[in-house]
Amino acid sequence: MVNPVMTASGTFGYGVEFQDFVDLSQVGGIIVKGTTLNPRQGNPYPRMAETAQGMLNCVGLQNKGVDHFCEHIYPTIKDLPTQVLVNVSGSSPDDYAECARRIAGLENIPAIELNISCPNVRQGGMAFGVTPEGAASVVKAVREVYPKTLIVKLSPNVTSIVDIAKAVEAEGADAVSLINTLMGMAIDAEKRKKLLSIGTGGLSGPCVKPVALRMVYQVAQAVQIPVIGLGGISCATDAIEFLLAGASAIEIGTANFLDPAISQKVAVGINEYLERHGIADVKDIIGALED
Amino acid sequence: MKKYILDLQVVEVSRPHERYVLLKLTDPNGPLPEMMPGQFAQLRVDGSATTFLRRPISIHYMDSTLNQIWFLVQIVGDGTRQLATLQPGDTLNVVLPLGNGFTMPHSVDDRILLVGGGVGCAPLLYMGKAMAEMGCRPTFLIGARTQKDLLQLDLFAQYGDVYVTTEDGSYGEKGFVTQHSLLTGSTKFTRISTCGPKPMMMAVARYAASTATPCEVSLENKMACGVGACLCCVEDTQHGHQCVCTDGPVFPIEELKW
Repeated sequence: MVNPVMTASGTFGYGVEFQDFVDLSQVGGIIVKGTTLNPRQGNPYPRMAETAQGMLNCVGLQNKGVDHFCEHIYPTIKDLPTQVLVNVSGSSPDDYAECARRIAGLENIPAIELNISCPNVRQGGMAFGVTPEGAASVVKAVREVYPKTLIVKLSPNVTSIVDIAKAVEAEGADAVSLINTLMGMAIDAEKRKKLLSIGTGGLSGPCVKPVALRMVYQVAQAVQIPVIGLGGISCATDAIEFLLAGASAIEIGTANFLDPAISQKVAVGINEYLERHGIADVKDIIGALED
Repeated sequence: MKKYILDLQVVEVSRPHERYVLLKLTDPNGPLPEMMPGQFAQLRVDGSATTFLRRPISIHYMDSTLNQIWFLVQIVGDGTRQLATLQPGDTLNVVLPLGNGFTMPHSVDDRILLVGGGVGCAPLLYMGKAMAEMGCRPTFLIGARTQKDLLQLDLFAQYGDVYVTTEDGSYGEKGFVTQHSLLTGSTKFTRISTCGPKPMMMAVARYAASTATPCEVSLENKMACGVGACLCCVEDTQHGHQCVCTDGPVFPIEELKW
């Protein structure tokens, strides 16, 4: 990767949607939309509610399935001038494994991010991500069939994210990314109605940053594998805070909606910070908090 | 169509109505990009603590000679209220042009009916201008609650014939747009393009279906990214969930499940 800045799944489409705004060669990587073994329609509209310094979504993994991805989407993105990773979701360990196996055959996809933390699907998704055993079972199944870099995206909707991180590390995950969205709800008081079609959704945006930063810090202390930090990163300073907390790379999510060019700006801003502090390599600030 | 993030400069702000603000902007750094009638822009809202996302607003009017773009914004909540506080000289960050736009006439003989209600009239002005430049004369049918809710009729009249209904009969014919005598007259329209409140568009769609007139509607589902990435603004169509921001906002009625 040219730098530690990636774009988070579900916030950057397949990258091509943002090419008018971002020189993708200046972004470390993009993680494309959550992909499942079978096509999914996702949840009904309305799927989004704006909140103070954030938003809730309950998209529910709408995608056309892994075969459509391999046949129709992959050829259009395989030569993008950045690392292209695929976010993979499922409703059983076998689902995840089969989806991962099919993506493993795509030469220009060097890694997948396992989404064991989607709060918006009834079956699977977050269900696996909320217990160490559930998380381990998915990683074990995928690890058997997926030889490339395996990142596991963790849910913050748990008692101890550290225990989950340790469990997926023990099953051979190459890295963890955190956090996925925090489960939340929004209500229209005047109409006395839920604002999201399924009632609840995942909260993202600057409002979740302190929670994400704390979890990244705790997990980075507890595991040996790299940690990728995300959750509310909206500027280079936010990104640097995550690196200092122990993240080896970061993902930008909801901020792409506010400023479609933000990922490139954050990459530039990290370099400016390094220059200003006389630091030669971004690796030198990873976990480099002072007492 | 290439999309841009631009810092536009506010040239003029007016309040044609207590619930609407008309923003006229220019790009101080060069000519505004080409835009299609029916497309929209994502306006960044600064200075509102409760507003997080951009606001999708249709392109009301665009004049390349003046290098101006106009937005007619209905003041609904904190975000649009904040937009209404902009002053000449202020900067407004926009992402544009977004979405697909209305179907343009295929020939100068096409009889296009543009039906608007409320703030939904906004994109029809630019559509009328673009059609006039092609040598077509659109027919506007505009609905409002009362005479005082009718905005800029003189501007529409520059480009085509304007017919009006008001619910209280204070101007034009009394009733809803679909009750206007124009629709029971002898004129056979080539296509109807409509933008406005959903019940109005549904009624227009029913009229169009009953007369076998091709019809398209402009939707305004709640939106986050505006570029087809987040899949929040989906409409349930004959082809499954489609993004209003990129597959729309304009949809032929036969694709919808109305």
